Amino acid sequence: MKRVTIDPISRLEGHGKIEIFLNDEGNVENAYLQVPELRGFEQFSVGRHAEDLPVITQRICGVCPEAHHMASVKALDAVFNVDPPPAAKKIRELLYSAFYVTDHTTHFYALGGPDFIVGPDAPPLERNILGVIHKVGVDIGKQVIACRSRNHQVIKTLGGRGIHPTGGVPGGWSKALKEEDRVNIEKIAKENIEFALFSLKAFDDIVLKNSDYLNLVTSDIYHHKTYYMGLVDKNNQLNFYDGMVRVVAPSGKEFVKYEAKDYMNHIAERVEPWTYLKFPYLKNVGWKGFVDGEDSGVYCATPLSRLNCTDGMPTPKAQEHYQQMFETFGSKKLGKRYEPVHFRLATHWARLIELLYAAERMLELATDPEITSPDVRVIPTTIKGEGVGCVEAPRGTLTHHYKTDENGVITHANLIVGTTNNYAPISMSIKRAAEQLITKGKVNEGMLNKVEMAFRLYDPCLSCATHNLPGKMPLQIEIKNSCGESLDIIRRDI
Amino acid sequence: MSKPIIATTSLAGCFGCHMSILDIDERILDLIELVEFNKSPIDDIKTFTKKCDIGIIEGGCCNSENIHVLKTFRENCKILISLGECARTGGLPAMRNNKVTVKECLEEAYLNCVTVDDNPDNIIPNDEELPFILDKVYPCHEIVKIDYFLPGCAPRADLIWNALVALITGKPMDLPYEVVKYD
Repeated sequence: MKRVTIDPISRLEGHGKIEIFLNDEGNVENAYLQVPELRGFEQFSVGRHAEDLPVITQRICGVCPEAHHMASVKALDAVFNVDPPPAAKKIRELLYSAFYVTDHTTHFYALGGPDFIVGPDAPPLERNILGVIHKVGVDIGKQVIACRSRNHQVIKTLGGRGIHPTGGVPGGWSKALKEEDRVNIEKIAKENIEFALFSLKAFDDIVLKNSDYLNLVTSDIYHHKTYYMGLVDKNNQLNFYDGMVRVVAPSGKEFVKYEAKDYMNHIAERVEPWTYLKFPYLKNVGWKGFVDGEDSGVYCATPLSRLNCTDGMPTPKAQEHYQQMFETFGSKKLGKRYEPVHFRLATHWARLIELLYAAERMLELATDPEITSPDVRVIPTTIKGEGVGCVEAPRGTLTHHYKTDENGVITHANLIVGTTNNYAPISMSIKRAAEQLITKGKVNEGMLNKVEMAFRLYDPCLSCATHNLPGKMPLQIEIKNSCGESLDIIRRDI
Repeated sequence: MSKPIIATTSLAGCFGCHMSILDIDERILDLIELVEFNKSPIDDIKTFTKKCDIGIIEGGCCNSENIHVLKTFRENCKILISLGECARTGGLPAMRNNKVTVKECLEEAYLNCVTVDDNPDNIIPNDEELPFILDKVYPCHEIVKIDYFLPGCAPRADLIWNALVALITGKPMDLPYEVVKYD
């Protein structure tokens, strides 16, 4: 059997590669995204003091260090059997909300947005942040930069550093919030709400009012019925920082709701020989391969998933937009929530609704009378020896699980990172897009961006696993026959 | 004089250094005036289209592919900068050096991991197209010649800005303590 020699040039960034297998008729039989790296963080964390881990594990990813920092410090609360004071939890969530604003902004304007704002069929050289600025105007470009900048300042103020913050300690937070800083954060939160509303308006004008785009969003190419996962609070409503993990079935029915510490009873991982990344699935449904439906344990953990799981949004303006989204797609009411939306490109819309929620939640916390309380730490006095910490990272439910010896030295660490949850759905979306676009062995260059759009909507943060910038991986598509022989290689080499 | 050309890449890094480049904020608009960008994950140019003046490397080398990319950068760039701790020293990923072997790393990830349930044949990913994981993580200057080093995890945006402006204008670099210090 002939195996394809990879041209080294296409591997320059080389972290994402799509392979497509064709059957004898030249139609798509299989397709997958290969991830060529392994993170050794679980291994070399062993032997370190547990309290080092919020600083170590966030180095997994410079795009979402705050998510790893929070999951890690929550795991430490459990390891040291200590419940942080309310003000500490609120400061953590305040920082986390500011982080969500910057992260979702970056994705919409720099990574995913260009497909819509500049256009899915625009020349690749224009489909980038500069193309977006060119299209929407320099003033708006400056607003995007300003939004990132001011929220980074908030993260620095609260967490000590802009990238890789250091504020999290077991039992709370390392410094209290001063009133003068709180006043400034309140002002920034208000600006964020305006910015989020502006972004939703832009999405409405550019995408929803364009029937070509709306047809693309609701086409079969980007449609999958899977389980959905998201954290919910005691009212069964979305929260990014804390709550129970809720999973809903493709029908919208609640499948299970569990405490994060019990994740091992619900999530298992599948190993495939062709990739270093593992595939999590719902243990109690089982692994049935890369397929849709109630019988397949494949689940998705994205902004759209979280909106499919929540009983409405906890903040008023986000709730309005949440209703509008589900009603636009014709979902029926299902108690306090709606039937799930399965159109995967709607994830871009859901992300902006979450941006608005994060901004509103930030304002709630910044005006909470308790947020400036000096009582931000309970000093741990015991070592329980095991703990699980879980947050909603922008790209999916993030779980850190540590075990320690009696001195608090790590003996075991297991991490399930946000994007990893979505590895199977991403592979399925790529396959679906390829199936719809390739028949009888005919492939053209124009399909590349449509296939890229199939994974870009997940905002895949392969930095977390492979150290790459989401949405910016070079694509190489290999077309193989059923014997594994290469028929064609198409690359995006610009 | 034509604008200097800059290329960047992230090897075994976390992308934090690239985020720090973006953190120069509105000076990005100035930078675009000062230089031309070639291959970089920040834009969509994915292979070198011409020789570059400055190559910025984030991350050390943890697999065979990182080495290949780094050598390509050396061939195509007049000046190479190691940006951040991973490029400079191997950084956090180098914590595996002399501590765990690659075999242990792979066995822990795919065979012994508590959540791995569905691996009946005890597979360790072995597709021939997957790059080899190196015996340890190497800093960039152990693989190719590196001209400048910028410390920090991540290096401060001001440090990156000052260094680039100094290189581009040929003026001495301003290095106040609060810009160079890192923790």
